[in-house]
Amino acid sequence: MASFKPTKIQVYPKLGEKVTQDTLYWKNYKAPVQIKEFGAITNIDFSPVAPHNFAVTAFTRVHIYGPFSQEPVKTFTRFKDTAYSGRFRSDGQLLVAGCEDSVVRLFDVSGKVALRMFKGHTKAVHVTDFTSDGYQILTGSDDYTCRLWDIPNATELNTYQEHTDYIRCGVTSKLNRDLFITGSYDHTLKMFDARLDKSVMTMDHGHPVENLLLYPSEGLLVSAGGRYVKVWDLLKGGQPLVSMKNHHKTVTCLSLGSNGQRLLSASLDRHVKVYNTTNYKVVHNFDYAASILSLGLAPDDESIVVGMTNGILSVKHRKSPEESKETSGQQRRKPSYRVFVKGKNYVPKQDDYLVSKPVKQHLAKYDKQLKRFNVSKALDTALETWLRRRKPEITVAVIKELDRRGTLKNALAGRDEQSLFHLLNFLIGNLVDPRFAPVLVTTAEMILDIYRSVIGQSPVVDRQLLRLQDLLEREIDYQKDLLEVLGMLDTMFASSIPRKEVPCSGISRSNGLGQGEASTSRPQLQAT
Amino acid sequence: MVEHGDIRVVHRGGSKINFREPVITNDSKFLLCASGECVKVFSTSTEECVHDLRGHTDLVTGVIIKPSNHLQAYSCSADGTVRLWDFTDGILIKTYVIGHPIYSIHASASHEGVVFVVTSMHADKRPDLLQLVAVHLPRSGDQMVEARELSAVLSDVSSNPLAIVFGRGGEYIASTKGLKLEVYLFRKQKAYSFFLKEDNKKGRRNTFTCVACHPKDDCIATGHEDGKIRLWRNFNQKKEYTYSTLHWHHSAVSSLCFTPEGTNLLSGGIESVLVQWRYNQEDQREFLPRLGAAITHITVSPDGSLFFTSHSDNKITIIQSCLKVSAAIQGLVKGESVTTDLMMDPRSKSLVLNGKPGHLQFYSLQRDKLLYNLDVVQQEYIHESGLQQFEVVKAAFDASGNWLATVEERKQKGAEVELNLKLWEFDEQTQSFVLNTTISAPHEAQITGMCFCHSTDNQTTMLVSTSKDGHFKAWQLDAQAHTEDERPSWSCDFVGAYHSLVPECCCFSADGSLLAVSFQEVVTVWSTASWELLTTLSQPPKAIRNLCFGRLSCSKYLLGTTGNNLLCCWNLLTCSLEWSTSMDVSLLLADPISENMAAFCRQAGSTDLFVFKPSEPRPLFSQKAVCPGKVTRAIFAPREEMLESCEESSQWLNRSQLYFLTQHMDLMTFTTKVEEDRLMASSKQLVIDDTVAMTPFYLLLGKHRQQDSGDAQSGISTERTPLPQGSVAIKELLQTPAHVLPSTSFLCSMFVQSLLISVTEPREENKATEEEMESEKEEEDSEEEMESGTTRPEQAPLGRHAAESAAPALTKAQVRELRRVKKLDRSWFAGLLDS
Repeated sequence: MASFKPTKIQVYPKLGEKVTQDTLYWKNYKAPVQIKEFGAITNIDFSPVAPHNFAVTAFTRVHIYGPFSQEPVKTFTRFKDTAYSGRFRSDGQLLVAGCEDSVVRLFDVSGKVALRMFKGHTKAVHVTDFTSDGYQILTGSDDYTCRLWDIPNATELNTYQEHTDYIRCGVTSKLNRDLFITGSYDHTLKMFDARLDKSVMTMDHGHPVENLLLYPSEGLLVSAGGRYVKVWDLLKGGQPLVSMKNHHKTVTCLSLGSNGQRLLSASLDRHVKVYNTTNYKVVHNFDYAASILSLGLAPDDESIVVGMTNGILSVKHRKSPEESKETSGQQRRKPSYRVFVKGKNYVPKQDDYLVSKPVKQHLAKYDKQLKRFNVSKALDTALETWLRRRKPEITVAVIKELDRRGTLKNALAGRDEQSLFHLLNFLIGNLVDPRFAPVLVTTAEMILDIYRSVIGQSPVVDRQLLRLQDLLEREIDYQKDLLEVLGMLDTMFASSIPRKEVPCSGISRSNGLGQGEASTSRPQLQAT
Repeated sequence: MVEHGDIRVVHRGGSKINFREPVITNDSKFLLCASGECVKVFSTSTEECVHDLRGHTDLVTGVIIKPSNHLQAYSCSADGTVRLWDFTDGILIKTYVIGHPIYSIHASASHEGVVFVVTSMHADKRPDLLQLVAVHLPRSGDQMVEARELSAVLSDVSSNPLAIVFGRGGEYIASTKGLKLEVYLFRKQKAYSFFLKEDNKKGRRNTFTCVACHPKDDCIATGHEDGKIRLWRNFNQKKEYTYSTLHWHHSAVSSLCFTPEGTNLLSGGIESVLVQWRYNQEDQREFLPRLGAAITHITVSPDGSLFFTSHSDNKITIIQSCLKVSAAIQGLVKGESVTTDLMMDPRSKSLVLNGKPGHLQFYSLQRDKLLYNLDVVQQEYIHESGLQQFEVVKAAFDASGNWLATVEERKQKGAEVELNLKLWEFDEQTQSFVLNTTISAPHEAQITGMCFCHSTDNQTTMLVSTSKDGHFKAWQLDAQAHTEDERPSWSCDFVGAYHSLVPECCCFSADGSLLAVSFQEVVTVWSTASWELLTTLSQPPKAIRNLCFGRLSCSKYLLGTTGNNLLCCWNLLTCSLEWSTSMDVSLLLADPISENMAAFCRQAGSTDLFVFKPSEPRPLFSQKAVCPGKVTRAIFAPREEMLESCEESSQWLNRSQLYFLTQHMDLMTFTTKVEEDRLMASSKQLVIDDTVAMTPFYLLLGKHRQQDSGDAQSGISTERTPLPQGSVAIKELLQTPAHVLPSTSFLCSMFVQSLLISVTEPREENKATEEEMESEKEEEDSEEEMESGTTRPEQAPLGRHAAESAAPALTKAQVRELRRVKKLDRSWFAGLLDS
């Protein structure tokens, strides 16, 4: 005896983005903490040592926030004008920041007053960084120069005057104390060696360079400028590797996440994109409220900090494992649950003989009714409020099953005003859904056939019928418009395909038609 | 053209077993089923076919156990004979010639020497005027006896054997036809007729369909078209009869049966629910639902412990009396038509076609057994006539058997066709197909053809489907998966069309680089790599029917048949017609492992077969009038072992075998003489002890038994084979007190080993030979003595060993050879157990 085969619920393909491991990973953050700063946030830098405080440079201040605090733990306010590029040294003890007034200031993280002031630039300094040994400072300025400074005696070591426009980004090598790279609005990236007086490598980005990023291995360099993010292979002498154009406004900031597995880029178009660094495909996307100027990622992706033009700092913390489990898991168990699980989690020992028990088939409510051929009741259960609102596909599947059994008419007939109202409500809600239309149109026709004689007796039902009619008229107009568009597209396709000499005429037409059809009437795939 | 005498068309398996109700032997061990021209004997415990009782020359229409001897059975046939069989050994004992086609046979214990048959006695043989005739079987020693003593009992009876039944140990006989129930009381020699009123409102819904009599009580149960069951009582008076009505079935009751004690009444119909009514408490019913297909017959074993229901899908279900299904004997399911083509599963080498509604069946041709049914539709089947449900209409395998594509279709009146294309992946772990992708509405209209790309070197598999909506679509497996748990699925790769004509057939070339699609009278050839239309070939004015690429050395040829009786062969290198010939080809198919092609042609009401190579002008083989009617389904099945036939005309059968389905859904094949000889030889080797049903496992064990103890076969009341008592291990086991024995798990391997006979003992072989020879002689003697007690004719050999000796005796050399083979086999088996 075969068991009852339950009603098959069509699984429709989910529209929109596919749920991947990456989506799950990057969605696993708490709601953002938003902190209002005084002006646009131009730079965010994470301290390399625990507890990974981060320095936020906004307007004339540099704030240092703790990993979970919403108030700054420390504030540096001794800037005469807008501060830029507050960065930590690799030991997390010192912090350097440029300023609009062309002076570079060095702070002790625990102190308040600047330890050293480096004066020499003639215009605003937008780039500051420590070299890998920690004794020198690299600065880049709007006066087209970049300079190296000695920290102990605050003297200028070298000046490079090769860029022909503002220098707005730069990185120092973490492995070699003498190497650093700068990017400028003159579209070039230049690599300098402190032991030499000129640049050793020049790369053309093609757009004003906004940000630079070195891979931990320092074999690859990522540059952002214009709408492009480009990856360069330094070991091959600065050969371009990939060029990505995924933003529709200037990309302002770059960051590496997941131990160099993922690359994040933030842009003025208010998006942060996450790339896979093996194939450079976008795997995830974050949306923010305003244009993004700066982006910081805590080690191990513990938090994502984004600074925007409107001065709002958004901090997202990763959910702890318990929390993420809590949301996906079930609600609290009721006491009766213990009765159900009694003995379920018992693991048989080695010598135990397992007596197999026939597994009881669990059927949904509507299936139980269908099994007993109670067609009206089956439709009633399928039309329960919860089901018809949340899972219309189940209701439609039951209607389809009833139609297949040839008993849909019986199930629809003999309903009172209330249930007919619900039925019509469901139809109005889902009739024009292309997934359900074939089934529901026949249902609607049947309902009209059955209840034709009683139309006009109930104002509630009549109103619903009028709504249905209205809906159908709108849908017909809509379909007409669509057909017009389709016709226009066809002519465009036909004219865009180059004519070629083929032995039989009309092949180009049929090919074009075929492709057009393929794109419009792509069959619904269903993952099973 | 030469007629080839050594190639014959033979029936091959898949015969019907649900034509008449199965008959159970008194010990409930065997089941006798009328099956085509023979009677099949099944074992109820193992579901294997034990014997075929062959002898009738036409359809067997009934089987009954001889009431006076429960080891013999009568069978009747449309060839006008009644035959008596010893079904345990499969021997024909007697043939009674009646002379008129017989439609059913009945007998009862109280009428010794008489069987009742339904036949048409009139000279003009009008089939609608049938009579129930008592035939006195003459007691004569001859094997072929003419039964002349016929006396009509009832006239105008139904040809359905379920409409006539004996009641209460043969006191009366009840027969129904139309709206009439007729009861003939043997003691009174009187017949009473009872008529039902015609139900005018809903047509003739009161018609009787079946009848059953209570074994102890004077009660007749009748089933009706409208699903009602009437219980008739007091029918031995004309006036005071009564009946009560039971109603559960929603459509006709097809079979009724009382249990032997009369406590329960079983009924079944198209709903495929077995209903058990308690006798006299009819409101107490028990149900066994979802038996798979409409119930056609119900029988109960004489001890009442087992019920047997035969179903319209060629199945017999064995049900325990507690209403639990214990086993099923499944034959080849034949619907009204084969909608999917015949296919070979490349893995199991089984024949695949649509079977039960919504299922694909996998049928082993070698073993003549249904391997399994694949549920394609996966929906509850509603057993109701006139309901349009999903049917499997197309199916295709890829070359390796990893992928199966199925199309299911539901055509409703006034609605669009519902189509689903499903792709199934073979799962190595479960050894069955698992659904991978469902594509609902792959086309807007019915799918006319579907094929997989059969090249083996391609990494990606490709499927092409053609449809009446004027498009053909290529489907491909998406390589990339988005997450780890998601497996690759299929999606549309290309949609092609040609002048908005309807594509009919599609075919891939052997290397998979070309796709030929026929659009009415035009054949288009596409490149599968770039989806460019390479060329068009046409042979107006009629549409292309079949399309087929040549294989191997003939792969440059494309063959097609057209509606105006042309067989065309195009050369693809020159893109021109190579040759064409005028014949009305109904089916063209290529052998997948050779260059040969087979064409079935219709000519004057029958079908001719031509086997040819596209490159050669002369056909390799041709046979006129292979079968009457049109052949539309055929398949080349590769052989498991090659034949070595050197004759030119039969060489095409060396590597593969051609099966085809006739108009009447009979599965036929071609055999050569060599093959038949081999079959004969192998059947001689099969010596089976019939007390144990024949299973593959038994065959393994049986070999041992015959070999190591020839004397084990003595007598019909065979006890178990004497175990090797002398073994040390067994002695130890039996003589040591239980409390000092080690644990059973420890002893088990020792015990099993002691049961096996060591392989390397050459001297035992000779001894065994001698013993066997002697014992065989003794057996013959002893059986001759027993025979005298029974009334069987002397000519008819009795017992298995006698039958063996009657069969062509094996020569000494053959015997030795046989023993050598057995020896080899056994050593392998022993090794397996030892390890």
